[in-house]
Amino acid sequence: MNFLETFKVAFEAIISNKVRSGLTMLGVIIGVLAVILLVSIGEGARIYITKELTGLGTNLLIITPGKTTTSGGFHPPSAGTVRKLTYDDSLALRRRAWLLTDAVPIVLGTGKVKYQNKFRDTTIIGTTAEFERVRNLFVDTGSYVTQADVDSKAKIAVLGRKVKDELFGAESPLGKVVMLSDARYRVVGVMRKKGMSLGWDVDDVVFIPVTSGQELFDTDAIFEIIASTPRAEDTDRAIGQIKDILTRRHAHKEDFTIMTQGAMLATMNTILGVLTAVLGGIAGISLLVGGIGIMNIMLVSVRERTREIGIRKAIGARNKDIMAQFLIEAMTLSAAGGVIGIALGVGISLLIPVFVTVLPTSVSLWSILLAFFFSVAVGVFFGVYPARKAALQDPIQALRYE
Amino acid sequence: MIQLTNITKTYRMGEVDICALCDVSLRVAPGDLIAIMGPSGSGKSTLMNVIGCLDRPTSGHYLFENKEISSMVDDDLAHVRNAKIGFVFQSFNLLSRFPAIKNVEMPLIYSGVPSRLRRERAIPVLEKVGLKERMFHTPGELSGGQQQRVAIARALVNNPPLLLADEPTGNLDSRSGAEILNIIVDLNKQGVTVMIVTHDKDVAARCKRTINLKDGWIVGDEATP
Ligand SMILES: Nc1ncnc2c1ncn2[C@@H]1O[C@H](COP(=O)(O)OP(=O)(O)O)[C@@H](O)[C@H]1O
Ligand SMILES: [Mg+2]
Repeated sequence: MNFLETFKVAFEAIISNKVRSGLTMLGVIIGVLAVILLVSIGEGARIYITKELTGLGTNLLIITPGKTTTSGGFHPPSAGTVRKLTYDDSLALRRRAWLLTDAVPIVLGTGKVKYQNKFRDTTIIGTTAEFERVRNLFVDTGSYVTQADVDSKAKIAVLGRKVKDELFGAESPLGKVVMLSDARYRVVGVMRKKGMSLGWDVDDVVFIPVTSGQELFDTDAIFEIIASTPRAEDTDRAIGQIKDILTRRHAHKEDFTIMTQGAMLATMNTILGVLTAVLGGIAGISLLVGGIGIMNIMLVSVRERTREIGIRKAIGARNKDIMAQFLIEAMTLSAAGGVIGIALGVGISLLIPVFVTVLPTSVSLWSILLAFFFSVAVGVFFGVYPARKAALQDPIQALRYE
Repeated sequence: MIQLTNITKTYRMGEVDICALCDVSLRVAPGDLIAIMGPSGSGKSTLMNVIGCLDRPTSGHYLFENKEISSMVDDDLAHVRNAKIGFVFQSFNLLSRFPAIKNVEMPLIYSGVPSRLRRERAIPVLEKVGLKERMFHTPGELSGGQQQRVAIARALVNNPPLLLADEPTGNLDSRSGAEILNIIVDLNKQGVTVMIVTHDKDVAARCKRTINLKDGWIVGDEATP
């Protein structure tokens, strides 16, 4: 008896009991659906974050004060600093590290921005003119912070789109005076709309000269220096230059940390990879439960068809023919459930971003193949025991069974 | 064709062994038509099952066409059942999910006959038992006599040299029973060796030879005068 014949026999059994077959498959369908769905959400998150991180600008190097032993990872914006980085450090890098195109000092804090009787709590960032270029942010109307503003500690502000909309509405803010804490700042520009980036609203920001920021936050340190190299290949050498220049300025101590975009990406990829695997694993358990459902039904089915097994044996079916019949029946159930589950999973994965825009998904081929392979394997694994039980029945006993 | 030597089949019932077949020796020549008689529980079905390779004797030798059956593995027994022996049961034993034609084709599946040829071979056999017009009816849509005819067609589809019938008319009214018996006797005339279990003296009278069993022993084996 060849494979096709065995398959036909198994298929006849499946369609002759449609409701039961359907319910049995449902367990596998849900399991596979969950695997595909959760993995595609995990993958979607990974791809989204990768895109956002690379979208920050090209080959950024972020220098923060204090030495951390781990490479990469995120620092909360308000991390307390052990040793200070100064504006002069950034100037030194700008002057002497020739592999860097920019070295932008940043001070950062939250504060109240007020215009007439309206106010808003927002992020205030003190930078220099190059920040625009380094972070791919651009002024829409008016102008950005200039070097002259930095040098003269000018009380000027550039508003993020949302801040402008909230405080001024349709009115033009250029030349108007806003209050930052208790200081008066003249608005010189409005940023182009950018939207969310890594959970941070880039439009909900006020930019001011870094020197004015130090005064505003009452500090002579800076929070971080964002540097950039034009070519990715130069990253390692650029790190060397930065270390060279800064350790010499810091009494030969490496009391700062240089984080590269690559390192951040690698860390995030690892975290999200693990997350995806965990989600997939949890979904895999439900697939396993589906498999147990198949075994359960197959055992019932073997018992119910004891007489059929006896008859088939009496007319010449070998043990392996009976074994194959029930094993293929189990595999067909699980594989069909797998295919339906994949179709539903892919369909829903593709639909999610349409209805829930914050939840990007990415259907990956490997998760489809894995889910299919796994569902067939579940059929084999949980089908073997009932099939063996069927095959090893004594023909006389089986024929007598009522 | 068949030679049984000192065949014994015992069942263990609690502490004691009961012997369903005791030291049975028997020869069957090709073309024979044998009635097996005896009271209920005398071992008739057990004898048929052993000869039909459905059951293994506890001891003794069984030669079928000069091959030793007792030492065969399961797969070889399956092959003998498939190719050499047709079995007809009292309770028909058809698969109710399938139409008559599928039931008749079924042994051919296990002989590896491709599906197109199966139909080609099954139809004339159904025709022979007079059920060609009903070939797409399922067993539930057929009378007892018709079902038994399907069962006979299934037993014959592989042209086996031996047909075993265990009380084939036991579940039938006398008219259908007589028809079934006519079919079986006809088959013997065409050369098939037949062994038939029956309680009916008239049936035995139509056979060439009658074997009587009692408590697992052969107590009589005589040719019909
Ligand atoms: N599976 C079994 N377990 C125990 N005893 C059995 C089994 N099959 C048959 N027997 C016994 O073997 C004897 C012969 O049975 P059987 O061959 O069916 O008789 P018959 O067909 O002549 O009525 C009976 O006593 C019966 O109880
Ligand atoms: Mg009996």
